[in-house]
Amino acid sequence: MAEFLQFLLSGITVGAIYALVGLGFSIIYNASHVINFAQGEFVMLGGMGTVFLMAAGLPLFVAVPLAVCIVVAVGLILEKFAVEPARDATVVTLIIITIGASIFIRGAVEVTLGKDFHRLPGFSGDAPIMIGGAALQQQSLWIIGALVVVVAGLKWFFEHTRLGKAVLATSHNRIAAQLVGIEVRTILLVSFGLAAGLGALAGILTAPITLTKYDIGIMLGLKGFAAAILGGLGSSFGAVAGGIVLGVIEAMAAGYVSSAYKDAVAFVIILGVLFFMPSGLFGAKGAERV
Amino acid sequence: MGDRAQKSPFNLSVAGKGHGGSKDAPLASFASTGEGPGQDDIRPVRTVGAWLFSARTGGVLLLAAIVAILPLFLPNNFYFDVAIKTALHAIVCVGLNLLIGYAGQISLGHAGFFALGGYASAILTARFGWPGLVAMLAGAVGVGVLAFLVARPILRLKGHYLAMATLGLGIIISIIINREIPLTGGPDGMSVPALWVGPWRLTGAVTWYWISGIVLVLAVWLALNLVESPMGRALRALHGSEVAAETTGIDVTRYKVLVFVVSAVFASIAGSLFAHAERFVTPVEAGFLRSIEFVTMVVLGGMASIFGSVVGAAILTALPQVLAAVHDFKHLALGAILIAVMIFMPKGLVPTLAALWRRRVG
Repeated sequence: MAEFLQFLLSGITVGAIYALVGLGFSIIYNASHVINFAQGEFVMLGGMGTVFLMAAGLPLFVAVPLAVCIVVAVGLILEKFAVEPARDATVVTLIIITIGASIFIRGAVEVTLGKDFHRLPGFSGDAPIMIGGAALQQQSLWIIGALVVVVAGLKWFFEHTRLGKAVLATSHNRIAAQLVGIEVRTILLVSFGLAAGLGALAGILTAPITLTKYDIGIMLGLKGFAAAILGGLGSSFGAVAGGIVLGVIEAMAAGYVSSAYKDAVAFVIILGVLFFMPSGLFGAKGAERV
Repeated sequence: MGDRAQKSPFNLSVAGKGHGGSKDAPLASFASTGEGPGQDDIRPVRTVGAWLFSARTGGVLLLAAIVAILPLFLPNNFYFDVAIKTALHAIVCVGLNLLIGYAGQISLGHAGFFALGGYASAILTARFGWPGLVAMLAGAVGVGVLAFLVARPILRLKGHYLAMATLGLGIIISIIINREIPLTGGPDGMSVPALWVGPWRLTGAVTWYWISGIVLVLAVWLALNLVESPMGRALRALHGSEVAAETTGIDVTRYKVLVFVVSAVFASIAGSLFAHAERFVTPVEAGFLRSIEFVTMVVLGGMASIFGSVVGAAILTALPQVLAAVHDFKHLALGAILIAVMIFMPKGLVPTLAALWRRRVG
């Protein structure tokens, strides 16, 4: 039982990270129908940025917001100078652009910050809390807490602010949104900034547990994409649910089946789900328009 | 999906007629952007010149000529090796372009098929002593069957869901190759015996240059023929609209499965050749990044342009070697170039340049 609880706790922790990354995918997809393959790089930049800001002597509570701001700026720059100029291109072209951006960002970090592993200290110490025989890292509480705050914040943003409602309107029908006077270009910028910030947050929160390195964004990005797809693309609730489900399944598979194949298990599950539910768990069923 | 060129049903019915006798104008077919046989270009072949300048003959002859002449400019084995990799990557991309460019179905997992072909050759020859060609064939058949089995459920998916599923398939293959250490050598990779064909032991960069070059020409010729066959027209029709294609009597599922299998087999054979040419395979060949590279080559060169795939493969295989001069800045430069080309030439290099050329010529 303690064993099960242990796997469950670590699964939820990892799942919360996937959920945060998946939310970024979901937000950008909603606004632009682009899958942003540089999302994982935002995660990496958040962690690496904080590490180096702290190494420069800044305390954690200054370094974290500063790193998030830097990554948000990177997200805005990416949208402004790489995605925006190719507005009329096909989705595949846009995907390739974000892939180019991810290679570029990885390359830039490789050159400037190096290829070593780095670790952040736990935000509130590294002593685990014991619950029913299972150890819960304090950092897990930070991660789960952050996810709860983010979800509540997003809900408030989308339902109670003009800007949030404009983003929602754009995701439902871009032309209609434009017709009622929403500046769609601004919405795109906002969505990239928001996604970058969420990614950075995920990267910073996870750095004390999993370490961080210039190339950790690849797998984290894929898992986030998987979470968003599993839940049904474009659904924020789906991305969170998909992330948690993915994290828990992965932890259980690693614990009870084979840790060597834990990454494979996640993708097998996704294939299985997609075979039977082609729009993910909570995605809208689409019909082709002729 | 807003990412597809809109086509009128009228255009589709032209495309579906079968024997329109359409031979695209020479440069139009170099650059045919999946618009089906454009109405402007439908004209019967009259002269030897037109025959010679059509993509299927002239283009293939040009490619063959380049393959034949290129060795004169390759100073040493290192460059031959880059040329071999270019040709083998190009074979994968030519097959992948049938799937992405013509049928409009994305795959982010083709490195998996490439690696399966490579490892089938490696394992069957090294561990079980099979003759090389038989192993290669077995790999191709195995990959073909696998692709056939997964194609039906996978190709039911659309857009990004399809991307996720193919990506997942590729990653699963790559993880299996990484973990089955007794069989595959794991992350360290495994060495591959030389390929024997009858009494000949095929080794050396120059020999493999010719082998991969010839196979590439064959692959391009085959793909061009497929594109202009009823299958090619069916693919372009379903790319436009699956519902519309179905109402004109095209078995959409069958053609999608078929093109998926064909592209997977192309990748498998290229992978087998790669294993024997390099005499070594590693799981890197199966990785997600390799899959992405293949797709990038296709898009960079130009979707629905067979020659574009060859150009894209050549650039993205050779460029990192050239950029190795700037060493640390390699990835930085690669990413920047990729973004710039996609912004300024969203249709890809070959179609964009061909359109420019046509405008200047008239």
